Amino acid sequence: MRVNYLEKDKLLLVELTEEIDHCKTEELRRKIDYEIERYMPKKVIFDFNSVSFMDSSGIGFLLGRYRLATMLGGDLGIINVSKGTRKILEMSGALKVIPIYDNFKFAI
Amino acid sequence: MKSLYENEMKLEFLSKSNNEAFARVTVAAFAAQLDPTIEELSDIKTAVSEAVTNCIIHGYENTEGIVKIIARIFANTISIEISDTGKGIENVDLAKQPLYTSKGDLERSGMGFTIMESFMDEMQVESVLGLGTKVTMKKLIKKPENIENIIGNKSKISMRAD
Ligand SMILES: Nc1ncnc2c1ncn2[C@@H]1O[C@H](COP(=O)(O)OP(=O)(O)OP(=O)(O)O)[C@@H](O)[C@H]1O
Ligand SMILES: [Mg+2]
Repeated sequence: MRVNYLEKDKLLLVELTEEIDHCKTEELRRKIDYEIERYMPKKVIFDFNSVSFMDSSGIGFLLGRYRLATMLGGDLGIINVSKGTRKILEMSGALKVIPIYDNFKFAI
Repeated sequence: MKSLYENEMKLEFLSKSNNEAFARVTVAAFAAQLDPTIEELSDIKTAVSEAVTNCIIHGYENTEGIVKIIARIFANTISIEISDTGKGIENVDLAKQPLYTSKGDLERSGMGFTIMESFMDEMQVESVLGLGTKVTMKKLIKKPENIENIIGNKSKISMRAD
């Protein structure tokens, strides 16, 4: 995971670099919640470009971060999602609240 | 001794979450002999990850136990059995419902069984309360070469001649 905060746009860019499963989401959750609480960003963007695997753990993980970000007055979206990941998110209905952007500039 | 299956593998490991990646990669490596597409392989990995994760967080509720996997290849089908001897499921039909979860507090979404069902061709759940749970999944690998293999070499030649 690599985190980048763009002060000007109050945008927190989180580049995920691991396989998103039950094991990895446990530790990612703690680290990312810390960043969200620290910056209180207007927008959190998860970049899935380097994610080679995601299972249903990713659904709960994304919705949990969405809940925290919106509770703190922000919003959350995702970019660079693979076909497999999109399929899983679509099936769960998560895409009804979490938008997929073409790139992070569109999110601003 | 001639086996009923063309190939078979068994894997047992402790119910630790860092074995989830090990399990799905191992089954995918075994499935590779069927020459699946990248998408088929990714479907298998996801389904295995779902079943193994369920054994760890629901079956054993993060206590120590053994997760067992048996994978078999027969013709162009891979069959994967994943089981635990944990707490079992009271109502399997309810558990299989999309979005049903008994652990919403742990950020589970209740999509595991639905994903296994949709990514594989067949899925069966057998469970006895207090004894454990076994999920059996099958997937047909639909490579064109495999279809030619079923039809056989002769018809392959005649098909070409047509
Ligand atoms: N191996 C198991 N042992 C005991 N209970 C299980 C097992 N597998 C599944 N269950 C029960 O079935 C329910 C549904 O499982 P499913 O995988 O569909 O969703 P989940 O694991 O709760 O959430 P998700 O997989 O989306 O993170 C679980 O919440 C649990 O109650
Ligand atoms: Mg599950």
